[in-house]
Amino acid sequence: MATAEGRADERVRKVGLASILLARPEIGAVIGAIMVFVIFAVWAGDSGFLSVAGTASYLQVAAQVGIVASAVALLMIAGEFDLSVGSVVGAAGMVVAIGIGVIGLPVWLAVICAFAFALVIGFINGYLVVRTRLPSFIVTLGMLFILRGLTIGITRAVTGRTQVGGLAAATDGDPIATIFTANIGPFSISIVWWIGLALLATFILLRTSFGNWIFGVGGSAIAARNVGVPVDRVKIILFMATAASAALLAVIQVLSVGSGDVLRGGSKEFEAIITAVIGGTLLTGGYGSAIGAVFGALTLGMTSQGIVFAGIPGDWYQAFLGVLLLAAVIVNNYIRQRATMTRH
Amino acid sequence: MTATMSPSTGAPLIEARDLTKYFGSVVALHDVSLSVRAGEVLCLLGDNGAGKSTLIKILSGVHPPDSGEILVDGEPVVLGSPRDALQRGIATVYQDLAMIPLMSISRNFFLGAEPVSGFGPIKTLDIREADRVTRTALKQMGIDLRDTSQPVGTLSGGERQSVAIARAIHFGAKVVILDEPTSALGVKEAAVVLRFIAQAREQGIGVILITHNINHAFPIGDRFTILDRGTCTGTFDKANMTPAQLLEHMGGGAELAEIEHELEKPIPAG
Repeated sequence: MATAEGRADERVRKVGLASILLARPEIGAVIGAIMVFVIFAVWAGDSGFLSVAGTASYLQVAAQVGIVASAVALLMIAGEFDLSVGSVVGAAGMVVAIGIGVIGLPVWLAVICAFAFALVIGFINGYLVVRTRLPSFIVTLGMLFILRGLTIGITRAVTGRTQVGGLAAATDGDPIATIFTANIGPFSISIVWWIGLALLATFILLRTSFGNWIFGVGGSAIAARNVGVPVDRVKIILFMATAASAALLAVIQVLSVGSGDVLRGGSKEFEAIITAVIGGTLLTGGYGSAIGAVFGALTLGMTSQGIVFAGIPGDWYQAFLGVLLLAAVIVNNYIRQRATMTRH
Repeated sequence: MTATMSPSTGAPLIEARDLTKYFGSVVALHDVSLSVRAGEVLCLLGDNGAGKSTLIKILSGVHPPDSGEILVDGEPVVLGSPRDALQRGIATVYQDLAMIPLMSISRNFFLGAEPVSGFGPIKTLDIREADRVTRTALKQMGIDLRDTSQPVGTLSGGERQSVAIARAIHFGAKVVILDEPTSALGVKEAAVVLRFIAQAREQGIGVILITHNINHAFPIGDRFTILDRGTCTGTFDKANMTPAQLLEHMGGGAELAEIEHELEKPIPAG
């Protein structure tokens, strides 16, 4: 029954480049990003969208959501949600702000505290999800409110306010702060963090055993467990990574602005999910891409800044976002069906 | 290697003696015994609720038996977990849970046992090696597949089962337990899987095939163990059996014959 050694299998059809590209989860996001770019280039090109400053502004917005979206994409590919991301941004930011501004910790120690805090929250999220077998949607929705409430309550109890400012004196010229706040020409260093994390996430996903486990856990946790994948460990690690990425965003924000606000990061959880979904990640897990999330973040950034350059009030941004999300889901769904259900 | 041993002369690869299992007040299994030798297909037959699933869950390490013993290569063993069973060369392929449709064939094949290269803490996944080994392993088993980087979702149901069985054998299984591998498949697809089981048998693998479909069991089975309401009603060699007799032993024969009379239309025999 086996074909002779070396003979080409006649059932392998030479497929065109278009077919190969259409089998990639991120292709919809790439096309979408190009379309959004072209639309705003035509619409708002002469009012600054295409300028260096305009590019820097939408890249910075993209970086802010993109930093979280890389980790969120991996978590979603593994079949779980994290709605507590925005609250972690607020809470970890407050750890930094209170640490430096109220307690007087050195910047590096405050940053370490913020990451340690986030990792603990991520571990609790993951542990609760794998132990209780409840949907992560519910577990992290609870965490969203618990954390936001604690952040507001504790901050007001400690400082009497909901904002902690005046960090500039401690952070100006601090080498650790520079890593998170520097500018490279007109571009924010957060863009470097964003691209770096996306490349790391892509490498993990496509070129490590752990990445294979992520796909397996999201595709079918039972099948993955049957062949020896440590399903619970994979999920807990991804929850911790997601929380850590939220802490990174918080550190960048607080150190750049020089103040912390208890309401920081609100709705970041939804933006991160939208970004991952636009990037081709399947809501039910098992399929997706971290590179797709880069283009999703880019689309979000270009839209949020593009409508401003086009002279539309920012009030309309959310409506644009919703339309983008629906369009992306419909297109990605079609692409995925083509990729997986066709028989050659 | 046991692979070259002729059927029926070797000691059983796996043997179950007088297994009993209770779930609360329910007697799921009572004194059930079976054995499989290298290069033999044992069909485990029985109606729904006969205890087939409980029996294979005990053999694959999911449930411990309440009494009775399991021998692997003639030695009594305790199978504490599915992983434990796997390490002793007993692999179970479940009907729906064998493969992950959105992952590529080779990523599925190596899931949980990925080939890595590189030094130190940074080990990268060797996709090319995975593709190569997958293709070779499948070819050895007589499955000649198209591109192994395609998602498993592009395979037919029979091919998926075959790849899952080939994976189990590649990773050292001597006994493969197949849970209803053909029940969700069409006639042609079922034939693909049955032909593949025959291929595995030729390589000296012991196969336990769970099914309630005699049309599938009879052509491939060497011996048949019949379960009825938690007890073993007998083990039969194919030489002494016809499909009709087998059906009768399964307990469905009388009912079917009755219906046959009522409808006055012969049911196509297998």
